[in-house]
Formats: sequence, structure tokens, C-alpha cells
Amino acid sequence: MTNAALIDLLSTWVIRKAPTDAACWFEQQATKLRSGATDKDLYLALGYAIRRLGKSDLGLSPDELAAARTARPGWDPGDWSIDQAARLVFILATDDGDAARFKARLEQLFRTADIGELITFYRGLPLYPYPELHIARAREGARSAMQPIFEAVAHRNPYPLEQFDENAWNHMVLKALFVGSKLHPVQGLDARANPSLMRMLCDYAHERWAASRPVSPELWRCVGPHADHAAIEDLARVLAAGGAVDRQAAALALTACSAPAARELLARVPELARAAAAGSPGWAALAAP
Amino acid sequence: MFVDSHTHMISRTTDDYERMAAAGVVACIEPAFWLGQPRTHVGTYIDYLSMICGFERFRAGQFGLRHYCTVGLNSKEANNEELADAVMEILPRYALKEGVVAIGEIGYDEQTALEDKYYRLQLELAKELALPVMVHTPHRDKRQGTLRSMAVALEHKLDPSWVVIDHNNEETVRDVLDRGFWAAFSIYPFTKMGNERMVDIVKTYGAERIFCDSACDWGVSDPLAVPKTAELMRRAQIAEDVIRKVTYDNPLAAYGKSGQINEQDWLNPPSIDQRTLYMGNSVLRGGQAPRIDEVPRGVDDNLHIA
Repeated sequence: MTNAALIDLLSTWVIRKAPTDAACWFEQQATKLRSGATDKDLYLALGYAIRRLGKSDLGLSPDELAAARTARPGWDPGDWSIDQAARLVFILATDDGDAARFKARLEQLFRTADIGELITFYRGLPLYPYPELHIARAREGARSAMQPIFEAVAHRNPYPLEQFDENAWNHMVLKALFVGSKLHPVQGLDARANPSLMRMLCDYAHERWAASRPVSPELWRCVGPHADHAAIEDLARVLAAGGAVDRQAAALALTACSAPAARELLARVPELARAAAAGSPGWAALAAP
Repeated sequence: MFVDSHTHMISRTTDDYERMAAAGVVACIEPAFWLGQPRTHVGTYIDYLSMICGFERFRAGQFGLRHYCTVGLNSKEANNEELADAVMEILPRYALKEGVVAIGEIGYDEQTALEDKYYRLQLELAKELALPVMVHTPHRDKRQGTLRSMAVALEHKLDPSWVVIDHNNEETVRDVLDRGFWAAFSIYPFTKMGNERMVDIVKTYGAERIFCDSACDWGVSDPLAVPKTAELMRRAQIAEDVIRKVTYDNPLAAYGKSGQINEQDWLNPPSIDQRTLYMGNSVLRGGQAPRIDEVPRGVDDNLHIA
């Protein structure tokens, strides 16, 4: 999908949602930026975006969300607001095919961004050209102490799945749990499960247990597929001593594990095993508050 | 409910935020100022402005306070010409950020030629971007510095109703009000204003275009100065509507001209804000009107700030 097609799609949503005079302003800015404007033009367009357009939810329909997925696999703008879409149009419009210039301009914007802009710019990661140039920036976002900024990278965003190496991926998943965020909205959790993450998560569970703090049932999702002997013992502990939701999660995790010890453990809890095999409740339901 | 229109929250602790929220402070404004020692290059200025538009705004939201800021080159650092020029270059990039309610705090420290130059440039910037101005009046030679700040603002054709003159005292208030500017008072122990004096000011001048703030920062200062002063006024039999003007309505009206601060921000925040910034607000969660007939929670019996 080309840059121009993404701009068109985003613009359609902005124009549909914007008041008439604001829609004209938006189109003028986008046109100006596409035909090669100055950095100052870009800063002003980004600065005035909220003042002109507000920040109401885009409220995309199922068809529009499907169009987004078709245009860019994994793209999930279901909770985007109008200013976010408009600002990303402005940024995409400045690309003239010079990768270094695009990256430098984007980096400059990140450096002087306020919170709303940071969330927007990180949400835009899957849309930017030259995706491999933005990895360090994306990792910076995943290190943020501001949870909504962390989540702009980690949640409903295909970029980490596609671009993060194993270390970056594992730390993003662990951090999500550490800051009390959800795992379910992270794309690619099952596909990118790995033994090293399994070990990190079990260690984290032990830390939490030692401090008598609760362990998120979601943690076990990334443990199951690669569970070793010690991890299966941890899951046995959850099955024996956990609450109802924890036990459902442990059964789901064990279902994803091919080790004979996992099968044996499941055989001891036939009702939970049956429900887990049927995916009821699945990880989405277990992630709900 | 209180608005504290002058707070340097980056120097304050989470205890302060909790006590402010408990005492009924719903919004605070963080003016860009110096850090107690001079910055030596523009990079640290950029990070500072990003911090007050970013992490501090987020941090305040975690305690149920809405956080706004002003951006500007302060008078002390205006004396470093190389730094000052570089800061003037980057200011337009910050002035239109969400929650930036004024250009400030700007004005004079020692009333040097460089301070004058950058004060004037920033008045022009405020005019160009239709933003209010927060003027820091000097600690030394205060009265002359205050008069000069106002004269220069008028010379640059600023509407005085868009300009807040801050850190007033008994010697400056009459001139400020007579010229049509907002007169803010920082209730700051030992150096600026005590709150018993503030009560007398309100008794003398009323509430028209007058408000108070804490100016709490890295020095000995009190983040509860506004709620404490409100309580002191209450005990001095000052009418509730007057108290409300001095501690809530007036700062909101002055900085509200920016379009960037509105009481709906805390009474009825848009869902996008609730998702990203704003947590644990007692007004929101309780839904009930705050009680104003008792000492606000978090304000102890020692109300006096000298």
C-alpha cells in the first residue's frame, strides 16, 4: 500500500468527521504539505490540528476498519481520534522519497512533542515509510514511563510484531505486565512467544509471589507454548492455589504446551481442560478487568 | 474547587499532588521558568519544555489534577544572548501545544537591555499567536519593574485584559488594576506575599481582576497556599463568591482566553483525555459538588503563610 493510498483513506475519515470549514482547512494543509512545504508549515499544521478539528473519536464503522486492514495488514485504528488521523496525514504528506530526511523530520517532531502528539506519532508507526528506520524510536516509546504512550506502541499496533528483535519484544511484553497494562491488545503474542520470554515471565511471577502480589492471569499466555519443567510446575501451583480466573488461564496455557507433563497435569482437571480446549473463556475474556 | 495558576510542579513530590487534590485544587498552571541555576544550552531548554508539556502533565493527571503550562524565555536567562536567541527559535514550536495557556513567565529581573529585548520579542509572539501573557515582576526594584513591564506591554499594543501581572504586593496592586491588567498575587512565604496580607488586599480592592497563586517551586513554598488562603478569607467573613473569584474564576477567565483551559476539562473531560491522561479525580468519581463550608481536606489547622 502506497503512502498516497494511506493518506487518502485517513483523509476520508477526517473530512467525514470534521465541520465543513475545518475540513477545507485540513485539505488545504494536506495539499500544501504534499507539494513540499517548510518545516514551519508542518509545525503549524500539527499545532493547529486540535484547535481546528477538535479531538473527538473517529468512530470508524466495521467496513472502514476492514478497509484499514486491507490497506495495511494489522492496522487497527478503532479507537483513533480525528486529530490523530489528521496529524498523521500531515506527516505522511511530507515524504518526498528521501528516507533520511523523513526520519530526521519525524525525529525532530518526536523530540518536541506533547503527550497527545507522542501518542499520535507512535500510533502512526505502522504507516510510516522506511519502517526499519524507526525501530530505535519505537523502542524509546516502549520504554516510556507514561502508560498511554507505552500503549501507543504496544497495543493494537503491528509494528513491534514486525520490527522488534527478541530482546525488544520480550521487554515490551514484560513491561506491559509490570505497569499493569493488558497483554491482549498486543498483536502477535502467540506467534512471537519464545523460551527466553517464558523464563523472564516465570521469574517475574516468582517475584510477585514472593512479595504477596497478584500475578496477572495473562502472564501465562506467553509461558504455555514454550513451558519447560519448571514452568509447568509453576502452572501446577496456579492450578492448585490460584483463583478461578488464574486456574482458567493456567489450563489455557497448558493446552498450548505439547510436553507430556502438561497433558498429565490437564488430565487432573478435566473440566478446566475441556473448557480450555474449547477456548471458553479465551484469553480475550481473561484479559477483561 | 481551586485553580492554582502558578506552580512549578516538576520540583514537587507526589505527596504535594495528593494534598493539593485532597484540598480541592483541580487545575494547576506550570509557567516555564529557570531551574534555580542557569541552563547553558538550548537542548536542555527543549527537554524542559517537553517535560512541562509532557511528563509533568501526565503525572498531574495521575493524581486527578489537570496540568497546564506557559512557555517562554525567563528574564534571568534572557541575559545569555546565545541561549536566548536559540530559545526564541524553538518557542513557536511549543506555543501551540495542547494546554499551553500563555507566553510566560516573562518580564524583567535586573531590567537589563537584553531582558528588555526578549521581553518585547515575546510580547510580539503572544500577539501573533493570540495567547495571553504571564508577566513575572522582579524581586528587586519591584515597583519600577512592574510599571515598566506594563508600559512596554501597552507600547506593543497588547490588550491589558490579556496580560497577567504576577507577584504583586501592596505597592503595585493599585497601578496594575488602574491600567486594566490582571493582578495576581503569589502567596509565598518570606519573599512575596503572606496570606493574611492577601485577605486585606481582597478586603480593600475586592475580587475584580485579582487572584492568588502559590508559585510553589524548589524553594520554601506551599502548594496548599490557594486553599489555605481561601479558608483564611472565609474566616475573615469574605463572601463566598468573592473567594471563588480570587481562587478559581479569575485565573480561569484570564488564561481561558487561550482556549486551552476550560472547566469542562475537569468537570466533563472528553473520553480521549480520560483514556490517556486523567485518573482518579475526586470530583469526577464522586459526582457531587465539593463542600465549601468546611476546611478543605488536606489543609491542616496552620493556615497562615507569612
